[in-house]
Amino acid sequence: MAISLQNEKRLPQGRLAVVSYVIVGMVALLLFGFWKLQIVDSERYAQMAERNRVRSIPIIAPRGSMLDREGRVLVDNYPSFSVLLLRDDPALVEKFLPQIADGLGMTSDELKQQIDASKGMPKFQPIVIKPEASPSDIAFIESHRSDIPVLEMLMVHRRRYPHGDLLASGIGYVGEVSAEQVEASDSKLKPGDTVGKTGLEREYNETLMGIDGMRRVIVNSVGKEVGRLEQQDAIPGKPIQLTIDYDLQAIAEADFANKEGALVAMDGRTGEILAMVSRPTFDPKDFAVRIPNAEWAALNSDPETPLINRAIQAQLAPGSVFKIVMATAMLESKAIPANYSVYCPGFANFYGRTFHCDHPHGSVDLHKGIVASCDVFFYNVGKLLGIDLIDKYSTGLGLGRRTGIDLPGEEPGLVPSEDWVQRVYHHKWYPGSTISVSIGQGAVMVTPIQLARMIDAVASGGTLVQPHLLKNDTGLKPTYFPISDDTVQQVTDGMWGVVNEPDGTTSGLVKLENIDFSGKTGTAQVEGFDLQRKLGKKLKENGWFVGLAPRRNPEIVVAALVQRGGWGSTSAAPIVRDVVKAYYDKKAGPIDRQYTTKAAQPEVLSISKKDAAVAVTQPER
Amino acid sequence: MHKSGSIQDYDWWLLAIAFAICGVGTLEIWSATHASYLAGMHKHQIEWIGLGVVLMLLLSRLDYHLIMDQAPVLYLISIIALISVLAMGHSRFGAKRWLPILGGLLQVSELVKLIIIVVMARFFSEVRSDQLGLGDLLKAAAIVGLPIALIMKQPDLGTALVLLPLVAVGAFLAGLQWKHALAILALAAVMVPVGYHFLKPYQKERVTTFLRPEDDPRGAGYQILQSKIAVGSGGFWGKGLGHGSQNQLGFVPVRYSDFILAALAEELGFAGVFVALLLYMFLLLRLVQNAQRANDRAGMFLVMGVAAVLGFHVLVNVAMVIGMMPVTGIPLPLMSYGGSATLFVFLAIGLVMNVRIRRFVN
Repeated sequence: MAISLQNEKRLPQGRLAVVSYVIVGMVALLLFGFWKLQIVDSERYAQMAERNRVRSIPIIAPRGSMLDREGRVLVDNYPSFSVLLLRDDPALVEKFLPQIADGLGMTSDELKQQIDASKGMPKFQPIVIKPEASPSDIAFIESHRSDIPVLEMLMVHRRRYPHGDLLASGIGYVGEVSAEQVEASDSKLKPGDTVGKTGLEREYNETLMGIDGMRRVIVNSVGKEVGRLEQQDAIPGKPIQLTIDYDLQAIAEADFANKEGALVAMDGRTGEILAMVSRPTFDPKDFAVRIPNAEWAALNSDPETPLINRAIQAQLAPGSVFKIVMATAMLESKAIPANYSVYCPGFANFYGRTFHCDHPHGSVDLHKGIVASCDVFFYNVGKLLGIDLIDKYSTGLGLGRRTGIDLPGEEPGLVPSEDWVQRVYHHKWYPGSTISVSIGQGAVMVTPIQLARMIDAVASGGTLVQPHLLKNDTGLKPTYFPISDDTVQQVTDGMWGVVNEPDGTTSGLVKLENIDFSGKTGTAQVEGFDLQRKLGKKLKENGWFVGLAPRRNPEIVVAALVQRGGWGSTSAAPIVRDVVKAYYDKKAGPIDRQYTTKAAQPEVLSISKKDAAVAVTQPER
Repeated sequence: MHKSGSIQDYDWWLLAIAFAICGVGTLEIWSATHASYLAGMHKHQIEWIGLGVVLMLLLSRLDYHLIMDQAPVLYLISIIALISVLAMGHSRFGAKRWLPILGGLLQVSELVKLIIIVVMARFFSEVRSDQLGLGDLLKAAAIVGLPIALIMKQPDLGTALVLLPLVAVGAFLAGLQWKHALAILALAAVMVPVGYHFLKPYQKERVTTFLRPEDDPRGAGYQILQSKIAVGSGGFWGKGLGHGSQNQLGFVPVRYSDFILAALAEELGFAGVFVALLLYMFLLLRLVQNAQRANDRAGMFLVMGVAAVLGFHVLVNVAMVIGMMPVTGIPLPLMSYGGSATLFVFLAIGLVMNVRIRRFVN
């Protein structure tokens, strides 16, 4: 009993002491753990806490608008909302996927595809799952703010085109920046930015694009916004004013209607582009949100190449318009006497081959050669000049090289030369080729804008203006290829005859009263006679007309191309006439708004065509 | 002669430390909830503390020898309670742990913990040898094994594990032999993989997440990561009470309860944590001191049982907050919000006081 009692009272003091040490050791170990987190790695965790708590929401800068020369809006913006999906928590996304798809009126598969497509992007970067939210989408997101933490709305500005596809090829379109562009932008662009892809949108992207702002907000653990930090406002893009005259543009677009081709109207003194048409074209609205893949494929594979700006990218044979270059070369080079004349029986033989003329012209001198567009006369001129002189004057007048207009993708055209044949075909120049080139066929290729500038240069004594679309663009210097007054007078008188003399190729169809309107027709074969014979059908020619007024030092030069339109005199010339007349009508008096109403209004056109004998270009709408 | 059980015999230091911990805890509960729909929680906690103090005083008056005499009955009651909770208990958060008692919900396992402390103290105090025999060791394991199995069935792995240190510490003090200790460790090493096999999926997930948290940063590892971010971002001085973004914006999971130390670490920094952990150290050392001065082995085992349970709570909870242990759902004594847990700690302290005021009785 005593032992038992003794035992009952005896405590294991040694082992109790051990327990004390264990307690101290345990607390020391835990404190070490805290020391490591709170002192050693504190910085890192502080950053992680900050990233948890702060969400940066971009404020998209509106893109600058585009105005015409009188300040009328051609392109501006409208506000819209994009639906963003926050993907930093894949489990949450997975969980809400069906609900989100349902709420936004999409199928789960569509949504999944979008998410899968962006697998390569960093997780913290939200993706746009619906570029343009409808009112019901917005209501859905607002009402589920607290229980679907992975959706966010972003206010964006989208391009608005109040005049539909007017000037579409010139304006170009915008789209999401490509990975290569981001790479090349020196970190000015970031993925998801909207940039100009073509046309003026691309050329002046830096001006038009603003700088996005940033709103930093505090969010709680379910992503709900509970407070705001600083805000960096967006800097809107700057508007640009164009040299385009909306009235002329509208007239030209309406005249083209469903035709295929292009038009360039230019101020002959300054190089300001007053109107620029390329048909068929695209609807820029399709690009404003996000162009569906199918539509994109259709636009790209359309044989009529609607995405091409024909005014600067179509490289075609100029046909008889080229005779202006030939006439200038003949007079300026003095290789042939100014009073040179030939007899035209309707054809001519050179190097054992027969070359045709439209019809027998009889005795033809330079003036009649231009007015009646006699091929035989210019065959002979070409033979006498030789390819070297033709090359020299073509190049001097701006053919075969880019005009340098402020648009991306301009094509240079082609002026054939001995060098060129040697380089490309590795043989000598065939003298017979010179005969074809003399009437703007064969290898020679030009763009509409080159022809407009060429005619302007000839009529202005050799001043090659710099065509441009940005108004008030100072520092654009013309270049000179001096042409004597005598030459200018003879050639421009010939072009006056084309429009105004009874035997002119336009047959007086496009005469304008009280306006010194001149020009030159061109009707270029699309394919050679041989091919056409092989095909067993006659392809319609490309019709050209380049008009100017007044005939010397022109204020306005208009080059029009109607592809497969047949005769230039009936297809292209009336369009040029309408534009020139509209230009003078506007000059004559206060604008009675007749041209500022919507494009393609019949009464506008009937007025401008009052004195047209044949209404070739009756608008279809 | 000193009259036992007088007011100055209470361990006022122990009580002071406990109140200090309660104070820090209540402050942090207020901070963690005042700006949310949970606002006012700290008041409930104060009520629980008040009730706890009353129960502590009551329990301290009842001679612990009398309590220990009833150990078999208490054990039976606890087993019946655990079975009934499985049969008809209240489910919350996917586990059946609560029984409706006195108009409230009592977390039965908290009461069971208290009873097992008493049962184990009785068991070990009756071992009449300086060396603990293998037979006694196995008996102790069997006595604890049954409630552990029942609690794990709720399921509540954390609370079930809390009963293990009771056996461990008790056995150690009762003269556990080294060869047995090594054998148990070896057995445990073998049993862990086998035991893992029987874990519930969410429990397995917690373990795998603990071992490889980077595998699933927003799934089960999310809680640990957010807790670590809260702790780490607190730095030395903390972000200030009520200014911890992790805490205030709800990134810290159950910031007023299991992860309250993360909230505290964020807002009061390493300095605050240092103070809090020192308080716990003093609390535990004070318990050991009381054990050392106990009148008999029974009292010592009783006090050390309390120390073992509270120490295990502190270790597992704090280690979880800093990512050194997996998430188990064990609250931090006296700091985490919770009625049953708070009452348990005060009742346990009541047992300690009970032993304390009778230390001079012969």
